[in-house]
Amino acid sequence: MVVRGRVRGAVLATVLLLGAGACGGETAPGTDAGASAPAVLDGVGPISLVTGKDISGNLQNQVDEWNSAHPDQKVTVIELPEDADAQRQQMVQNAQTKSDAYGVLNLDVVWTAEFAANQWVAQLPDAEFPLTSLLPATVETARYFKRLYAVPTTSDGGLLFYRKDLLDAAGVAPPKTWAELSAACEKIVPSQPGMSCYAGQFEKYEGLTVNFTEAVNSAGGSVVGEDGKPTLGSEQARQGLNFLVDGVKSGKIAQKARTFKEEEGRRAFQAGELLFHRQWPYQYAKANATDGSSTVAGKFAVAPLPGLTGPGSSALGGHNFAISSFAKNKKTALDFIRYMVDEKQQRANLEKTSQAPTWAALYDDPALVAKFPYLTQLKKSIETAKKRPSVVKYQEVSSAIQEAAYSAMSGTSTTEQALTSLQGKLESLTGK
Amino acid sequence: MAILIDAPAGPEPARPAPGLRRTGVGKLAALLVSPTLLVLALVVAYPIVSALRLAFYRRDDTPDPVTGLLRPGDHFVGIDNFTDMFAGESSTRFLNALWNTTTFTVTAVSLEVVIGVLMALVMHKAFRGRALVRASILVPWAVPTAIAGLLWRWIFQADGVANDLIPGPPILWTTDGAQAWFAVVVADSWKTAPFIGLLVLAGLQVISTEVYEAARLDGASAWRTFFSITLPLVKPTLLVAVLFRILDTLRMFDLPYTLIGPGKNATDTVTVLAFEEAVKFGKYGPASAYAVFLFAYVAVVAFVFVRLLGADVLGTKARRGR
Repeated sequence: MVVRGRVRGAVLATVLLLGAGACGGETAPGTDAGASAPAVLDGVGPISLVTGKDISGNLQNQVDEWNSAHPDQKVTVIELPEDADAQRQQMVQNAQTKSDAYGVLNLDVVWTAEFAANQWVAQLPDAEFPLTSLLPATVETARYFKRLYAVPTTSDGGLLFYRKDLLDAAGVAPPKTWAELSAACEKIVPSQPGMSCYAGQFEKYEGLTVNFTEAVNSAGGSVVGEDGKPTLGSEQARQGLNFLVDGVKSGKIAQKARTFKEEEGRRAFQAGELLFHRQWPYQYAKANATDGSSTVAGKFAVAPLPGLTGPGSSALGGHNFAISSFAKNKKTALDFIRYMVDEKQQRANLEKTSQAPTWAALYDDPALVAKFPYLTQLKKSIETAKKRPSVVKYQEVSSAIQEAAYSAMSGTSTTEQALTSLQGKLESLTGK
Repeated sequence: MAILIDAPAGPEPARPAPGLRRTGVGKLAALLVSPTLLVLALVVAYPIVSALRLAFYRRDDTPDPVTGLLRPGDHFVGIDNFTDMFAGESSTRFLNALWNTTTFTVTAVSLEVVIGVLMALVMHKAFRGRALVRASILVPWAVPTAIAGLLWRWIFQADGVANDLIPGPPILWTTDGAQAWFAVVVADSWKTAPFIGLLVLAGLQVISTEVYEAARLDGASAWRTFFSITLPLVKPTLLVAVLFRILDTLRMFDLPYTLIGPGKNATDTVTVLAFEEAVKFGKYGPASAYAVFLFAYVAVVAFVFVRLLGADVLGTKARRGR
């Protein structure tokens, strides 16, 4: 007990100490705000690449190849935990202590605004990167106030996984609208015991922000408008949230789907419990595994997400490489990012890891499409995808969105109440 | 003359001798204790003071309208962080978290006392396989709380064991609501009742068997023996155990965080809130204010508990008794 108490005390003390560290007068580099040209990125020598856990196992190969070509500019990989929040936390801490331990940062697309506004990452020169060859939607996620702060290396878009065997048997085409999705369910689900119509990621976490944003965008609305003002008072926003709320009410979304994150949903889909599933492309390979872990191998296909009146639009996922403001060898970092974003590396990475590339031409390469049949749909999904709100206080915005969507889906508040309260919160968070 | 001068000084050495010795010992003691004091100052005093200071500051978080950049540094905001806890935008969340913290503590600790005492009584009995029973009762306490949270999450998930055992439609334990609150209470009681059991067992072992023999000769019933002999005699140990548990439960973090997940109104505690504000939102000022408030709350509860029930935390009475 005493030990436990002390450990907890130590944790508390650490939290407090971190807090103390954070307040020590931060004077970020380049405080001459208003300078729109990026500072010169110089310095050549060894750097580090800070990234979440590399599940694919290919990253080290890529880095080794770079290292053998540049023995005086070696890149060391620093692996952070798999959990995105934990990664962000460590990168923020590194920035707050202005440590030069982190060089190139592998940022989630939604962190760009926060890292840029705090000047934790350096502004990058557009001309140095082949931005025109990348999918335009992905480049947008790397900009903040029109300036480039990162370079997209991997992308991700949501897809509608559906049971092709059942749809074909019933003579139903993959749905393009929510109404078609409902109709397909009404036709098929009653004859399939233990199956429910639709699921996404509905637990109260970042996944719910993604699913809510997609629903609103797919109804033709938006969470935050072009001018940065929240736009949840619109009829489209109401219809978007209602797609999720009515789904739960009518039982098309099973009650237990409200506890689903990606993996819970994937298990349900693989066990044949779902007719339609909104999921990231990584599920394709796993659900097609023929080692007995999946009962739906070969029985499903993917389509773009459905919307209110036509195809919907996905929220954009993926990762961007940025350079820490406190890194020493920024020139090397820049060259390394150029090397990683290049077509050759992206192709190799796609082939080995099936991670969605940002290099547009790869999606149309016949050899790759033959190997990854979902690439065509994925490209459509990413091209029409909208980014999640690009705001400095993204974490708070996301929490507010989760609160609204969660309470509406659990029935503790109505769609209108949830949206009105969310609109108010977002207005005060974005200051507009 | 010389004698006269010496004379008054004569008795002096005799008197200051103990004093001198005391100073000498005192200096040595101070010297010996100083490393400990230094460590305590570093790991206890410094964080407390800097947390207190931080609670009065806030980050300027409005980005520049042209460049979108944030101004670095914090500024002094007086007691705004504290008034916001009770009147500002975040007050509903905070008061709700405070309510959760308090109800968790009252319910879970009450349950743990009852279960813990029962466990102690079982462990105290002499029977075959007692060592095995003792060991297995203590296992939950040895499991790290975060791991226990994940194990219980597994039990409580939609198609988990809990729902298999309970008839009727599956209960969504890990969603927001009273059931989530209940799940945390169950997991916490499971986890820490053995701790109370262990301390009470230690208390039971010092009760002399003669007292029980006397009670049996007088024809006292088992109930009477328990309430008139066992309970009063283990009371000092039990109170210390309960106090530790109360202090610990008021700071509950890992169970709600891992078992239910953050952001759920039914189970967010003050520490979960402080963690989210600091680590997720980067608002160290308000987070620190939460922590400082909790610190004061815990201190007041401990003080009241000691005063009202006379819990013998420092062991002074026990030493006298023995």
